[in-house]
Amino acid sequence: MLRRTLLGAAATALVMTTGAFAAEHAEKTKVGFVYVGPVGDGGWTYEHDQGRLAVEAEYGDMVETVFQENVPEGADAERVMTQMALSGADLIFTTSFGYMDPTINVAAKFPDVKFEHATGYKTADNVANYSARFYEGRAVQGYIAGNMTETNKIGYIASFPIPEVIRGINAAYLAASAVNPDVEFNIVWAFTWFDPAKEADAAKALIEQGADVILQHTDSTAPQAAAAEASTDGKQIITFGQASDMAEYAPLPRVSSIIDNWAPYYIERVGAVMDGTWESQSVWQGIDKGMVEIGEISDAVPEDVKAGALDIVEQIRAGEMHPFTGPINKQDGSVWLAEGETADDGTLLGMDFYVEGLTGEIPN
Amino acid sequence: MDLSAISATLLVASLMVAATPILLAALGELIVEKAGVLNLGVEGMMITGAICGFATAVETGNPVLGFAAAALGGAMLSLVFGVLTQIFLSNQVATGLALTLFGLGLSSLLGQGYVGIKPPSTARLDLGPLSDLPFVGRVVFGHDWVVYLSLFLVVATWYFLRRTRAGLKLRAVGESHHAAHALGLKVRAVRLCAIAFGGAMAGLGGAYLSLVRVPQWTEGMTAGAGWIALAIVVFSSWRPGGVLLGAYLFGGVTVLQLNLQAAGVALPVEYLSMSPYLITIAVLVVMSARGSKRSLGAPADLGKQFHATH
Repeated sequence: MLRRTLLGAAATALVMTTGAFAAEHAEKTKVGFVYVGPVGDGGWTYEHDQGRLAVEAEYGDMVETVFQENVPEGADAERVMTQMALSGADLIFTTSFGYMDPTINVAAKFPDVKFEHATGYKTADNVANYSARFYEGRAVQGYIAGNMTETNKIGYIASFPIPEVIRGINAAYLAASAVNPDVEFNIVWAFTWFDPAKEADAAKALIEQGADVILQHTDSTAPQAAAAEASTDGKQIITFGQASDMAEYAPLPRVSSIIDNWAPYYIERVGAVMDGTWESQSVWQGIDKGMVEIGEISDAVPEDVKAGALDIVEQIRAGEMHPFTGPINKQDGSVWLAEGETADDGTLLGMDFYVEGLTGEIPN
Repeated sequence: MDLSAISATLLVASLMVAATPILLAALGELIVEKAGVLNLGVEGMMITGAICGFATAVETGNPVLGFAAAALGGAMLSLVFGVLTQIFLSNQVATGLALTLFGLGLSSLLGQGYVGIKPPSTARLDLGPLSDLPFVGRVVFGHDWVVYLSLFLVVATWYFLRRTRAGLKLRAVGESHHAAHALGLKVRAVRLCAIAFGGAMAGLGGAYLSLVRVPQWTEGMTAGAGWIALAIVVFSSWRPGGVLLGAYLFGGVTVLQLNLQAAGVALPVEYLSMSPYLITIAVLVVMSARGSKRSLGAPADLGKQFHATH
């Protein structure tokens, strides 16, 4: 009996202090972030959290940020977003493709709360969508990979069969096969964004089957560790950092990386909510705006390859080059882009086919 | 499609590596459940073991010490559960779930300074000419010591439960704590020991992930392995041999489907991924169709609270 009373008293005290805390901060702009992995994943979620910290650094006391990590894509996501909206968030960033429909659903219930969904394609009056042109970075990776592979087998750890991932595979393959026509892509679908053990197993399976370059579209650094481990006995495996620099694995196996820099965008959008100018929009920024950065190309890459890769980066930045420039056929041999033609954003955003030369089928 | 790219030797070898963490954790949970306690905190204990083992191995440069620390860390965390459920009689399901959440949080706190560090490597045992034999050399004699330890523990667990007096007492406590208590057995003490053992085993499993299978520390790196371990205990109908079979089946399907994909075999990955779970359900249906709860092999007092009234 006494124990129960004590517990009750403690719980009441806790609720009261939390309540007081909330009231005290009511006038601040509250920004929520929903993450698909843990902030310490060293990849995708880590970079979003860096963006959140940049917002805090920029606006100091005028802003309060909250985040929830490891939120599964699905019904749980709706619950988390609803909770954030109910607890007074003014703006909520939902940072994974699978949050798209939950975001739209929750946004309909809270018309006064602004939502920003990453990497999707749906918008509403209070839902904006933002994404980065990661495929530009994939083209640079493909160029380096095609030049450096000795077995001509490149392993690719893909996550889910969504346009974002398929685009990355196509861009990397086009760039790799342009410099090395014999190159072959082995693609493994992990069906997860974050599962270090599975990602490591996938990397090992690919390496055991002869791949000496591992590209990954999953969020942890596990494939880097697996590649480092497999590199000991006379062969060298190279990898690329995904979403974050993963510099702790440089100079080998990690030879370069794609870095997602969300900070400028987050700061801009939080600012827009503060001064009341926020409007729904759909943005897709690349290397030119700095949302996609190419991590330092390590010394393990031969000088001429490094120079060529940097040249591609500059050409993309200047708008002189598009990774999807014709002639490009689809996997079945039908013509997609004619000579000199570049892909339009609509097709890219909904990409659901491999380009010619890739083997295997995209799972449903 | 090029099946020849898949080496059966490497496939079986990596299957054993993939299965070892869940095998260790499931063996521990088997003992816990045999003592009549349902600890759903396996995931939390695994990840705590993963970071305790990783941190210790990095600091001391000795992976063996790392595994010892992992077992200790897992056991300490499990005793939090033990004290709450056995002494304060809290609900086992709720406490177990809380333990998972607590373990995940605690591990990411402990792991702050360990992201991106490479642990000292746990070498494969060098058994001389034996390791050079074709197939057998790599599959049977080509592993690190933890794999052998896990296989030894399967046998040891079976022997303990079936052939020793202490094992009989543990099963008696799990089947009927009141009868065991009436016979003068110390129900709480037996259960606390079982819980600590379960925690230590989960910790070892976690450390195998962070020190050998991946090997690195990443927050949340167990990614559900603890829940699979729980499913395997049910799948095994509470028998050590079944646990081994279940763990290798789960591990095998994971590795096989990745290898098939890498070899370019067009097959629906989703079906392979869900197949172990489907088999678990099928096993449960078949066994329960044959009779009562008893035939499933579940200890009769599993998950029930024990309060000595006299």
